[in-house]
Amino acid sequence: MNWQLILDSVGPIALGALTGTIPLTLASFALGLLIAIGMALMRISGSAVLSGIARVYISIIRGTPMLVQLFVIFYGMPQIGIILDPWPSAIIALSLNVGGYAAEIIRAAILSIPKGQWEAGAMIGMSRGQTLVRIVLPQAARVSVPPLSNTFISLVKDTSLTSVILVTELFRIAQRIAAPSGEFLTVYLVAAAVYWVICFVLALGQDSIERRLDRYAV
Amino acid sequence: MPSEIAPPPSDLGSGLLLRARGLHKSFGDNHVLRGVDLDIAPGSVHALIGPSGSGKTTVLRSLNGLESPEAGTLEIGELAIDFSSSRTRAERAALHRASAMVFQQHQLFPHLSVLGNVTIGPLRVQRRSRDEVMTDALALLERVGLREKADAFPSSLSGGQQQRVGIVRALALAPSMLLFDEPTSSLDPELVGEVLAVMTELAQEGWTMAVVTHELGFAREVADQVSFFDEGVVVERGAPERVFGDPQKERTKRFLQRLRGPFGH
Ligand SMILES: Nc1ncnc2c1ncn2[C@@H]1O[C@H](COP(=O)(O)OP(=O)(O)O)[C@@H](O)[C@H]1O
Ligand SMILES: [Mg+2]
Repeated sequence: MNWQLILDSVGPIALGALTGTIPLTLASFALGLLIAIGMALMRISGSAVLSGIARVYISIIRGTPMLVQLFVIFYGMPQIGIILDPWPSAIIALSLNVGGYAAEIIRAAILSIPKGQWEAGAMIGMSRGQTLVRIVLPQAARVSVPPLSNTFISLVKDTSLTSVILVTELFRIAQRIAAPSGEFLTVYLVAAAVYWVICFVLALGQDSIERRLDRYAV
Repeated sequence: MPSEIAPPPSDLGSGLLLRARGLHKSFGDNHVLRGVDLDIAPGSVHALIGPSGSGKTTVLRSLNGLESPEAGTLEIGELAIDFSSSRTRAERAALHRASAMVFQQHQLFPHLSVLGNVTIGPLRVQRRSRDEVMTDALALLERVGLREKADAFPSSLSGGQQQRVGIVRALALAPSMLLFDEPTSSLDPELVGEVLAVMTELAQEGWTMAVVTHELGFAREVADQVSFFDEGVVVERGAPERVFGDPQKERTKRFLQRLRGPFGH
């Protein structure tokens, strides 16, 4: 083991997490959730057209590798005149992915809320939109925290794929340190350890959110 | 009562607060309501009784606009609806506003506190001032003995307490009448009394109420009118002494016998 190299590389790699991996994850997750809520609502809208569009979207996202999606956006789009920097390309690909996977989670969560809750909302005079926002989505959020946490943790790891389109996140920095030194094993193990620490902390956070939401568990 | 919320003194001029005529409703080819008429005078309590599946819940839900009959007319207070044409958004809203419902399975909002459940309608739908809404809500909770539970979540309450919160949530909307769908039938027997007591008080206070119930004792004591439903029609109606004491129709007699059981009075 090259202890000096571990000490020298852990700083830049952790910095890569702070300036690359984490912001990329947060931005993509936030955007992806909005897409997912939109898709979930289209799926349950009762409109064949909207539901069909959402189905196709979800099917394409889940049926193609993210690596290929990244290549299409970053290396393919310029051929039709759409030239995007690494970061926007990465955020688009990642959030489209979160949107595709989380849509089904959110749809299932919304459908799991009893019909009586919609009716109670209507009875007190709320519109369907109001009932959705004030009554159904808050309860659906509780149901979807565990599966969405898994999506989030996968996303943290998936950001490493964006190194291939030159986003300077954790893993790309590790590659840059490893190549000249030739110490691939050591440096990539350091990178793996940093990912693991992030995911470990997230899992702790997931537990505490679930406990907080359990206040009103039925 | 300390609150602003008191039963409103409105009627249709005909001496009625509610008048429904010829309600028809089908689910697929299941013709559930086959021409239901209902008259409810202001300040009176109308009990809807009858075997399970006879359409009582569907009638009640239609009165609040949760169900759309295919035919029939309904007047509640100022509002007149013809079910054979489709309803505008404003009409649907007016229907929901005219009455407030207490559900069989309370349907409280589990993610909101008791106070949140009671105030969400007045605050978010009726947009009344926060101070006034809070004062009214706390006064209503006080009345049903649940003031100290204002910050509790529904899941921490007993079934009887949950149903009393359901009643307060309905009252807080300041409706012109109250609809109860078997409010005690999912409660443990020892919790039934506390809910019926609240309903009895509301009746005495002058609230107009339509109550689907199997509690014949309550119907006899508190109701002014009873409608006996069977297979989607009102088979027999009248004052409770008459319907219970001297039923005219065979179906009513059979139902009452079954409900009272072999050792009934
Ligand atoms: N949403 C629904 N979809 C299909 N059938 C329904 C629905 N609601 C009620 N029904 C049917 O309508 C009939 C009357 O039901 P209901 O009004 O609940 O009767 P009651 O309250 O007297 O027991 C029953 O046969 C029931 O199965
Ligand atoms: Mg019923």
